[in-house]
Amino acid sequence: MNNKTKNSIIVITVLVLIFCVYNFFIYTSKESEHPIELSSEALLGQKLWQKNNCWSCHQIYGLGGYLGPDLTNVYSAPNKGSNYIKAFLNSGVKSMPKFDFSEEEKNALVAFLQQIDSTGYYPNTEADIKPYGWVEIKYKNEK
Amino acid sequence: MKSKASLLFITFALVALLFGILFGLFATVQYIDPDFLKEYVPFSKMRPFHVTSIISWIILCATGSIYFFISKVEKIPFSLPKLPMIHLIVFFLTGIGIYISYITGNMEGREYFAFTPILLAPILIGWVLFGINYFITIRKNIINWPVYYWMWGTGIIFMIYHLCEAHLWLIPSFREHFIKDMSVQWKSYGSFVGSWNMLVYGIGIYIMSKIKKDESVARKKTVFFFYFLGLINLMLGWAHHTYIIPTEPWIRSLSYVVSMTEWIVLVHIIYSWKKSLSLKNKQDNCMAYKFLMAADFWVFLNIILALLVSIPAINFFTHGTHITVAHSMGTTIGINTTILFASVFFIVSKIRNEILTFKNFKISYYLFNVSLLLFLSALFYAGVKRSNWMYFTKDLPFSELQDSLYSTYIVFLIFGVCLVVAISYLATVLLKIVYNTLKA
Repeated sequence: MNNKTKNSIIVITVLVLIFCVYNFFIYTSKESEHPIELSSEALLGQKLWQKNNCWSCHQIYGLGGYLGPDLTNVYSAPNKGSNYIKAFLNSGVKSMPKFDFSEEEKNALVAFLQQIDSTGYYPNTEADIKPYGWVEIKYKNEK
Repeated sequence: MKSKASLLFITFALVALLFGILFGLFATVQYIDPDFLKEYVPFSKMRPFHVTSIISWIILCATGSIYFFISKVEKIPFSLPKLPMIHLIVFFLTGIGIYISYITGNMEGREYFAFTPILLAPILIGWVLFGINYFITIRKNIINWPVYYWMWGTGIIFMIYHLCEAHLWLIPSFREHFIKDMSVQWKSYGSFVGSWNMLVYGIGIYIMSKIKKDESVARKKTVFFFYFLGLINLMLGWAHHTYIIPTEPWIRSLSYVVSMTEWIVLVHIIYSWKKSLSLKNKQDNCMAYKFLMAADFWVFLNIILALLVSIPAINFFTHGTHITVAHSMGTTIGINTTILFASVFFIVSKIRNEILTFKNFKISYYLFNVSLLLFLSALFYAGVKRSNWMYFTKDLPFSELQDSLYSTYIVFLIFGVCLVVAISYLATVLLKIVYNTLKA
């Protein structure tokens, strides 16, 4: 093994060690001051969200598809909320299919969206944009 | 490798590309006519079909190219000669399984991996087989590895890691904590793309060194410096995709710093290579050269966009808009697909022992590049309008935004059709040549 190969292996080893420490902190991070744990009902909603590919069209925190609106704060938005969500599930609209969910499943999806809503804001319209390019986002339950 | 596994990988890759662009086209039509195929394949299904097929194109073509370069160009026999074919069979059957999973609605997965999670197992087995064969073969035969061997090796290892990471949500303690779960999910996606970029960019550098007939292209200190910079980005630079998620501030700050170094890697390498390329070499590998030059242009455009959207103050307005899609499509089509086309043209010139001249592909080549530019411009415009709707209009319903974007989606469809025509022509010609070689 020549010096160049040895050096490359040393650099990669150091990077992998940094990567391991970094991942440890990410995986064990508390995520926020007030971490929110999904209830069993919300977990069922999450399962339905995945099974029906809701993410294909909708976004959460701006991540997902672009055919439908972002649903991060649909639960707490004025004139929206639980009944509004259920109405769309019942009737479908344009590209959105009509779903044949039971009442229990609809409640689970609403619970999922309600708990997502409680984790933060999107769009984060009250974020503070700094002159050096940084953005301080507004956290939910922030004093 | 006596078997034809490498060419079969490329054949399946080209077929996946043709399917992928067709699904993409149908999905675009659904933006304009929401009822189009809605009863049979709604958008929520069409998108996973499209995304999976395009990812398959990139992965299969990169894998087939690497197998071909090692066994047929470098003439290094694989230490485990049967593994490439086993790898191919595993991926082929898994691919069939994924499409069945989509058709039958067994889609418990998430974005990019919508299929039933059990199918992750054979995918991982395929990558592990590839990794074992690759490392045993290269370690035994090559001393002082050029950079592309490092890139392919790290690409394979990180691909395995990030495929597993993308499925950490299967562990209850991850999926119960929504914010952490979402951060880890998008962390893995960013690094998953970084991993295939390692494979594809390694292929780009390999072809450059072969066209130039100069191995120093892949052995210089600067090339290694940029490789390590790319690796740091792969490991730590993902979080600019998730600046807006309320994770801990240090995660967001670190990614800001790391992201600023993004994309300089390949531009520098291609730029320094182009400067010293002789005219004769350019003519020798006409189409491969042309597509590498196209990749150079798309890297340049994407660098600008990637660097801008990595600045949190700009990301704040572009995140969650079609500008993000323009960036990802600019990367997958503009950079990945052009490099992979260069690779397949290079491979075809080796198997036929003749050059496919630019003259015969001139129209499709320009149609591909010009329509892609206009296609991305339409997306960019839609993104600006969506951002304006999100931050500067009050209480305007989403449906009104979509209605106002109708003409933009028409433009998007028109240039999408042009892109489909160009890609179909190129892919079909290449497919015919590869297929005839397999038959011979």
